Amino acid sequence: MMWNEEIETMSRQDLEELQLKKLQSTVKRAFDKIPYYNKKYSEAEVFPEDIETLKDIEKLPFITKDDLRESYPFGLFAVDISEIKELHSSSGTTGKPVVSGYTEKDLDTWAETIARGLTMMGIGKDDILQNTHGYGMFTGGFGVHYGSHKVGAAIIPISTGQTRRQIEIMQDFGTTGLIFTPSYGIHIGEVALEDGINPKDLGIKAIGFGAEMWTEEIRQRVEEIFGAKAYNIYGLTELTGPGVGVECEAQNGLHIAEDIYYPEIIDPDTQEVLGENQKGELVLTNLEREGMPVIRFRTKDLTKITYEKCECGRTHARMSRITGRSDDMIKVKGVAIFPSQIEKALLRAGDVEPHYLIIVTRPGTLDEIEVKVEVSQDIFFDGVKEMVSVQKKIAKSIENETGIRVKVTLVEPKTLPRFEGKAKRVIDERNLH
Amino acid sequence: MKIKQLSIFLQNKMGSLAKPLEVLTVADVNIRAMCMADTSEFGILRLVVDDPEKGKEALEQNNFLVKMTEIIGVEMNDAPGGLTSVLNIIKDNNIDLEYLYAFSHDKSEKAILLLHADDIDNLIDVLTKNNITIVESEEVYNL
Repeated sequence: MMWNEEIETMSRQDLEELQLKKLQSTVKRAFDKIPYYNKKYSEAEVFPEDIETLKDIEKLPFITKDDLRESYPFGLFAVDISEIKELHSSSGTTGKPVVSGYTEKDLDTWAETIARGLTMMGIGKDDILQNTHGYGMFTGGFGVHYGSHKVGAAIIPISTGQTRRQIEIMQDFGTTGLIFTPSYGIHIGEVALEDGINPKDLGIKAIGFGAEMWTEEIRQRVEEIFGAKAYNIYGLTELTGPGVGVECEAQNGLHIAEDIYYPEIIDPDTQEVLGENQKGELVLTNLEREGMPVIRFRTKDLTKITYEKCECGRTHARMSRITGRSDDMIKVKGVAIFPSQIEKALLRAGDVEPHYLIIVTRPGTLDEIEVKVEVSQDIFFDGVKEMVSVQKKIAKSIENETGIRVKVTLVEPKTLPRFEGKAKRVIDERNLH
Repeated sequence: MKIKQLSIFLQNKMGSLAKPLEVLTVADVNIRAMCMADTSEFGILRLVVDDPEKGKEALEQNNFLVKMTEIIGVEMNDAPGGLTSVLNIIKDNNIDLEYLYAFSHDKSEKAILLLHADDIDNLIDVLTKNNITIVESEEVYNL
């Protein structure tokens, strides 16, 4: 089953022609309507008419998260606010967040990508879809919601949390599809088992998961727990939200909606564009976006792309699951955290920048973060009470900055590893790579 | 009059106490009294040594985090009730002691109580007025 067979099975040649047409008009609109692009492209001496082939996209400069932040809140909008129907914002809390604006058509395009994905997962109008992604500024909740409306499934907008209620609803409503982050899904399964309910008996047909890094073993575990296939969904707020790529029944890479997003893989160090099946950083371009066209966005996510036709019959490129980041970002409980945020929190708590190390573990099914901080003269007091309050103050400061509760361990000076050049601030022991 | 005490930050793990003590041994610094305040994760080792400056320098050279804190030592009777009588005076004057530890003096029948409070000058005043002998720091260093 396909949602949009004509587009999804289009020959590569036709698809590329379509992409080129859309790219040309996107670049032209961005250049004409958004001062940021006008200035940046003029400085780089590249103009809309220079885009004659798809390959010419490489002449355009990249855009980064920092550029998006500097345009906070509406600096990258190509339309008047009267045309904007919805606003979202990224979960990242360093400095200014990234805002995404959607016109009516953008919301429909977003729903279209999710509708294709849900159809890949076998979810249609007869299904009841329980969406445990948070509703709010986070795009995970609403993206799935709109896509579900499009395919005609009955959506349960339950959001995250209240795990026992989630299970009760699955039983009472007869939920057939689930959307969750892998770690939350495993948690739901465990809680059900604790209560004497076998998740396999819940009648779940398909699971869509995303918003954090995972391994093939985690997928197998989720599938075993629920007795249903689990499909990866990828996306990011900057580009619209979830739905950039979704796995089909072959579960062999995520089909990128190529008529809507143009993908490239680059070497994160040299910024050179790499070929098929070469691992590098994913760069994405909106081909169909009215409200806020983002062109050549560096996602920092590491993956590779194949253009080989999939056994499902779709011709759209497939990206493999994200295996890492080209920066130090870690995703914990679905929330993106940068070491710079921890640094900022430490500065705020102690007025000095101490040496620290972030250790991420997954002792059970949920992620835990420990931040080891070397004690310095400025935060050392001759009293246990004072030291405990230093520890608490740091933990509180990190929680305020990242929204995540962490364990803070105070360690002796010069006991954390020192690195030449770029410091390694994060040790991820979750084995997700 | 005030004694310079060394406070050292240590992690609470096996063997962490041995290292600073070894550093002091090598530096030929002798420990007069010590106490340890700890939580399950870290501790503060408090030492009175014969040469605080030298001790601090040696420890810092070995990457230990050291703070020099002022405490006072008072003489008390090395007999039942000796400690209580001193503590009663402190309590009656509403002084909040941060911590204390004690060791016996080589002067017969006497013990030395080491005290730390936020307002150490006030503590000295109160004790002096109540005829408690405050031990000269040199006396403690050179025991």
